Amino acid sequence: MRKVYSRPKSLKRNPFHYCPGCGHSIIHRLIAEVIDEMNLRDIVVGIPPPGCSVFAHHYFDIDMAESAHGREAAVATGIKRTDPEVIVFTYQGDGDLAAIGTAETIHAANRGERITSIFVNNAVYGMTGGQMAPTTLSGQKTTTTPYGRDVSLEGYPIKMSEMLALARGAVYIERTAVSSPANIRKTKKAIRKAFQAQIDGLGYSLVEILSACPTNWRMSPLESWQWIEKVMTKEFPLGVIKDATGASDAN
Amino acid sequence: MNGNSTIGEAAIRAGCQGYFGYPITPQNELTEYMATHLSRKKGCTFIQAESEIAAINMVYGASLAGARAMTSSSSPGISLKQEGISYLAACELPAVIVNMSRGGPGLGSISASQSDYFQATRGGGHGDYRTIVLAPSSGQELADLTHRAFDLADKYLIPVIILGDAMLGQMMEPVEFKYEAPEELPVRSNAMRGAKGHPSRVIKTFTSKPSELEEINWSLFRRYQLIKKQETSYEAFMVEDAELIVIAFGIAARIAKGAIKTARSNGLKVGMLRPITLWPFPSDKVRELAKKTKYFLVFEMNMGQMIEDVQLALEGKGEIFFHGRPGGVIPTPSEVSLIVSRLCYQKGLK
Repeated sequence: MRKVYSRPKSLKRNPFHYCPGCGHSIIHRLIAEVIDEMNLRDIVVGIPPPGCSVFAHHYFDIDMAESAHGREAAVATGIKRTDPEVIVFTYQGDGDLAAIGTAETIHAANRGERITSIFVNNAVYGMTGGQMAPTTLSGQKTTTTPYGRDVSLEGYPIKMSEMLALARGAVYIERTAVSSPANIRKTKKAIRKAFQAQIDGLGYSLVEILSACPTNWRMSPLESWQWIEKVMTKEFPLGVIKDATGASDAN
Repeated sequence: MNGNSTIGEAAIRAGCQGYFGYPITPQNELTEYMATHLSRKKGCTFIQAESEIAAINMVYGASLAGARAMTSSSSPGISLKQEGISYLAACELPAVIVNMSRGGPGLGSISASQSDYFQATRGGGHGDYRTIVLAPSSGQELADLTHRAFDLADKYLIPVIILGDAMLGQMMEPVEFKYEAPEELPVRSNAMRGAKGHPSRVIKTFTSKPSELEEINWSLFRRYQLIKKQETSYEAFMVEDAELIVIAFGIAARIAKGAIKTARSNGLKVGMLRPITLWPFPSDKVRELAKKTKYFLVFEMNMGQMIEDVQLALEGKGEIFFHGRPGGVIPTPSEVSLIVSRLCYQKGLK
């Protein structure tokens, strides 16, 4: 019998603790698969954030160093500038990358740091109990917008990927989702392309991944995946937002 | 050479590989020195960061990757760096942080002050931790202590603060650098650069088990006890026969020294204790001095911060007086002379 599917080498033999339907475990696996396939495990360092994925090091079998909330891009910069041979990626949520860490993120992108950010957008603060995130949709109910997000008071869902695309140092930005097998495959391809941009020394790359938080959304896993496809993608359309890698097709 | 540039040159000679700064007066000469000299060195990095917070986190990243790394700022900027300093302490990562302090609170003034003593010596950020704090009082000492700061940081895997001030940073003084820059940049053996040839590693501070965190705190505490034992340093000046001992650090000690020389020329038996490490504080030395000397004058350019360490050290023995000038006002040696001679007269010291 031929083995067609197994645990990537870059993942430890630990069962995921994430909630049913949460996108983290899928995204972890995709990153691990890409690290394996691109043969990066020996030279990769991951920077996970505070939040549910603060335990990412419990699953990834690669070098990992925690960062303070929002400072991942600055930490990654320090590592990358010290040893440019190291492949560095940050793993960040929406509160992290799009609120407290906006300055660090924008400036790392603008400097064209050769780092890759995996930006998990689930429209809420997950670990703290489902508060409003900068990416929370208009009208969306959260524990701090119990009557729905009122854009006249709380602002609009922020579009980090589109904003970052304006930075000259950012070379590859794509928004994907882990809401269906097809989208999961596209996500993996995007992660691969983002890492390739870093390996080629081209500049900053980011993959924004729309991901479900069924627990805080008060939905079943199936409902939450449908909500990503039907509602979230209206505000955050999927696709390549910027590709200045120059190569006609890195794949 | 001005004091700020002296620190820069000494850092380069100590093998500093990464400097990450953000402009703030009165320490800009240091950032500019690194931009001019460090950025051109092979394998070295200079970044003008987007904020003090980003700068300290770049230091954190560079230290993770095994490099000797440094940032500098002045009081308001050092407040912003406290988050990162707490993480460095928690992760047991070496780093050198220079505070050329200025008057506070708030935006304060850009003139020399010592009002960050509490912040520097009590950890500064959240959590139960300490940093080694070195207090230079001359251009030469800026050079020597900068080198020592990098060595201590690596030896004890701890962030080290150099607590200077606006005056030390701006003053031009002749300096002898005792070290040549290393041929090869030092890289710590546990540098995090990928899991090649070893199991993957984790640097983390968060744990869901309080008992695990308690053990981390105990381990840090034991190291702090070791540092107290091995690294406490001070200068004792004319204390042998002193009836009054002035306790001052940094630039205030320099000012006080002038006053003590004047007092001695007038026949008054006055000496000085200058802590060089503010943490660990030379408490044992203070206690030892109190066996022979009754009167202590604590002189600081703040409203009285180090005096609390003196009080703790003396445990009620001796008599403590205080003279302080806050807000960035620079006291003169003659002002301190006046305080000293008045005190001697009041206490009947000859």
